[in-house]
Amino acid sequence: MTYTLIKAPHPSVGPPGIEASVATMWLVAFLRDEMCVRRGLERAVIGLSGGVDSAVTAYLCARALGPRNVYAIRMPYVTSSPQSLSDAQLVIDDLGIESRTIEITEAVDGYLRHEPDADARRRGNVMARMRMVVLFDQSAKLEALPVGTGNKTERLLGYFTWHADDTPPVNPLGDLFKSQVWELARYLGVPQRLIEKAPTADLEANQTDEADLGISYARADAILSQLLLGYSDEQLIERGFKEAEVKLIRRRVDGTHWKRHLPTTAMLSNTAINEFYLRPVDY
Amino acid sequence: MEPPRNVTASAQHLQVALVQTKPLKGRYTENLRNLQPAFAEVGEGTQLVVLPEAALSGYFLEGAVYEIALPARRFADDLARTWSEACGNRRVDLVCGFFENDEGTYYNAALYLEIEGGEARIIHRHRKMFLPTYGVFDEERFLSRGRKLGVFETRFGKLAILICEDVWHALMPTIAAIKGASVLIVPSAAPGRGIDSEGELGSILRWREVLTTTASEHGLFILYAGLTGFEGGKGMTGSSCVIDPHGDVLVMAPPTEPCILLADLDLGEIDVARATLPLLGDLDAVLPDLLLDDELPLPRART
Repeated sequence: MTYTLIKAPHPSVGPPGIEASVATMWLVAFLRDEMCVRRGLERAVIGLSGGVDSAVTAYLCARALGPRNVYAIRMPYVTSSPQSLSDAQLVIDDLGIESRTIEITEAVDGYLRHEPDADARRRGNVMARMRMVVLFDQSAKLEALPVGTGNKTERLLGYFTWHADDTPPVNPLGDLFKSQVWELARYLGVPQRLIEKAPTADLEANQTDEADLGISYARADAILSQLLLGYSDEQLIERGFKEAEVKLIRRRVDGTHWKRHLPTTAMLSNTAINEFYLRPVDY
Repeated sequence: MEPPRNVTASAQHLQVALVQTKPLKGRYTENLRNLQPAFAEVGEGTQLVVLPEAALSGYFLEGAVYEIALPARRFADDLARTWSEACGNRRVDLVCGFFENDEGTYYNAALYLEIEGGEARIIHRHRKMFLPTYGVFDEERFLSRGRKLGVFETRFGKLAILICEDVWHALMPTIAAIKGASVLIVPSAAPGRGIDSEGELGSILRWREVLTTTASEHGLFILYAGLTGFEGGKGMTGSSCVIDPHGDVLVMAPPTEPCILLADLDLGEIDVARATLPLLGDLDAVLPDLLLDDELPLPRART
């Protein structure tokens, strides 16, 4: 008699999966409930950058609210790539959503004139914060809600400007890794160009996220998805990840917990807000 | 607790309605009012109506639970009045989850009521025993645990209520079944997660596995009433369902919208299921040996 040998597979070390139709159903319901039912707002404003995250957000909002209720605001700075504008236009044309382009150069330079020595990081932060000034003002004008576009990978790696990209009151993508956002983009029919191009914050010429981070999104997501479950560095290395990339991810996550919280407030009483006085956001 | 009226052990059919609510957070009076059209919609023949956990307040309340919680009597009277305004004097049994204020001690609880002529008799009160306090859950920070799993007599036979996580511990439905329950009522509020399984959220799939396995193991009906609606980004998965004693889903609601499920339960199915798969009978015989095992961490009489 011969026995068939069947081995259990090794644990997966690939990026996290996503069933895009299920995620879409859930996120569309999320947008309708959180915007229309809870806040009584039928319109969304989105900062449309020409990248895949804001494109996916626009496609989801168009499904949830109807394209006429989605306002895409393009906010280029003088150094922004013209390609970003035309990529955003592909989304606007495909969805038939409302759109407007508001240059932020004058506003940003109005301040930076006083800080001629500001380095690229500071200049990028000023641009990111200025875009939120515009987005929130447009939301007040349009009686609409700013919808966030930050994904889970950049949130975990702290790859965003605090109190800028993360400020919109609702965010459908914040619990999706970048690899999952790409999958969702394919399912939603986001133009191929936006899915295939290298992700960039477009704050400096020729900038790419993966060069900034020092790791590809696919590797970062694979490590992050397991690190968050509680696996130690040793276990991750045992599963086939390189020590250097595990340490890089661990350092970025551990060094940016503060960016995922509200400001630290001194506690002086037994009614301190969010410490003792606890009320849910939708109460 | 009060005894039920007109207990008839031989009732063969039970017409149930599961009302999947989508409450506005903390707006109890408005949510109660919104229940009226649902009650009016429930068919004339309906004998038992089941609502979810935290059905009229929303689930994630944090410290606001102390502002929202009600004495059981007040909650029963509110439901009886709402039912009567919608359906007149028509008699009904009704189960609903709520946050209970028992003279300053707070529970996640559900009542089993007999309502007739605008009056509610409280037949049973279950206080949730397993309070999830991990990850997204924080119940035991604010609430006290229930201490007893009661099986109670109704005009449809013996029933038990388990709230949400209660039913995930296999011992709980097992004890309810051993104590004679033939229908398990499960009010629930389950925040959805898991986007890598086909067709539905992973947590919905997992819930159904738990419920169908439980129903078929013990040969009982399960009435699962799930809360729906997003609460601060966390979406409650609805998916209310009726499961027969063979473990088959008779009817199931979608995850994201309020709705009413109607089902006609043939209680005779319980005998058929238990004869076909006599696991409960087997357990009855073996249970004493299991429980007399002195390696089990059970309380013993002092010697």
